[in-house]
Amino acid sequence: METIGKYFIFLGSLFVNRESFKTYFKLTIDECVSIGIGSIFLVALVSFFIGAVTTIQTAYNLVSPLIPNYVISLVVRDMTILELAPTIIAVIYAGKVGSSMASGLGTMRISEQIDALQVMGINSASYLVLPKILGSVLMYPMLVIIAGLLSIVGGYLAGLMTDVITPTQYIYGIRFEFNEYTVTFALIKSFVFAFLVASISSFKGYYTTGGALEVGRASTSAVTQSVIAILLADYLLAQLLL
Amino acid sequence: MIRIENIHKSFEDKQILRGISGTFEKGKPNLIIGSSGTGKSVLLKCIVGLIPPDEGLVYFDDKEFTHANRDVKTEVRREIGMLFQGGALFDSKTVEQNVMFPLDVLTKMPKGEKLDRVNFCLERVGLAGQNHKMPSEISGGMKKRVGIARAIVNNSQYLFCDEPNSGLDPQTSILIDDLIMEITEEYNITTIVVTHDMNSVLGIGENIMFLYKGKKLWEGNKNDLMNTGVKEFDEFVFANKVMQKLKHL
Repeated sequence: METIGKYFIFLGSLFVNRESFKTYFKLTIDECVSIGIGSIFLVALVSFFIGAVTTIQTAYNLVSPLIPNYVISLVVRDMTILELAPTIIAVIYAGKVGSSMASGLGTMRISEQIDALQVMGINSASYLVLPKILGSVLMYPMLVIIAGLLSIVGGYLAGLMTDVITPTQYIYGIRFEFNEYTVTFALIKSFVFAFLVASISSFKGYYTTGGALEVGRASTSAVTQSVIAILLADYLLAQLLL
Repeated sequence: MIRIENIHKSFEDKQILRGISGTFEKGKPNLIIGSSGTGKSVLLKCIVGLIPPDEGLVYFDDKEFTHANRDVKTEVRREIGMLFQGGALFDSKTVEQNVMFPLDVLTKMPKGEKLDRVNFCLERVGLAGQNHKMPSEISGGMKKRVGIARAIVNNSQYLFCDEPNSGLDPQTSILIDDLIMEITEEYNITTIVVTHDMNSVLGIGENIMFLYKGKKLWEGNKNDLMNTGVKEFDEFVFANKVMQKLKHL
């Protein structure tokens, strides 16, 4: 409970004694480039193969001749949009971006760089963390959109190469009874997950004490706690919004 | 001038500082000395506000700092420059960007003016032309000098140095000490140096505060070292044989 309280106080401290808009704008753009460009390869790779594997495994499980083939791509579409793109990619995102945020801030803490900012009269939490959260919230939904698209493309190519579904059937399944709200739901989830990963990881890194060993621990703990928060938020959002 | 009154600080059940008071004057280096673990760095961090004291007051000239509101604290902090033990340079920034950082964030100076000021400060600490090197490419002594340049770039009125000589060879240590002394006198600023280096004590010890187990046991200057009459201080100062021989000369 004490840690949760400290986390909320930390979030509150991001919005007091801020620097100029120009300072945050530049830092946020830097974070966007680092988060977006830095993660795109891994996100693209994972989502492409998730789509491909989902197509093949769904086809493998659909043995009844009564079920039409286009159900394969329908399953790929709904799984991708509702769960795989926002949630599974969020877990990967926590491992890559979250651990990097926690270890970066942890290293700054133990090498007194955060103290140096504080002594200059700069709100170090706000200066260092707010751009990371903004960058994450801006970039992660874009990564989710790319992941969703590539996952569907991956499924299409896998179907084509293995002949489990024809291109026409695949496209038909993708368009069949499409509910646009699932995209809205996925984007809401992506905003929430992006905030959770960035804020929890920054919190863990910012309050690191000790040396190199503790930086490693903070990084591991940031990933673990971000993943737990993502899964809890996933369940709560599904209950609330679906 | 900085004045501290009755500073107490504990971490959990361990008392680190036990009612320390004193005055640190302008224009000359003020040294806080003592063995490891006596609370020197904690006292320095209490003065600059990185650690809140449990009890006691800190005054920067006439401004009470410890219980001041956020605006007053920010105003005072923008007059503070600090040299950290490891330099605390920002790893991702070049030497030039590190020194320019306080000007970038705290002032609205035009770019050309900022660059002139940075070059002046780098030249002042003997690092002219090193602008584009990364912190990982320079030596420990150079990092300390960049740290000093960053601390004075904003025309700070108060300079704090936490163990400025740690990890440096004796010759470089003397260079750093001389630089701190020159800057303090030249700009008439209030400088506090935390150290346990005897070369610094003998070289720039104009006003020395000796801490022992969280208490101030002695205060004076380098000329009074020989006859303090404080046993703990003598044990600290004359710990090695060379110093013991010097005492008996």
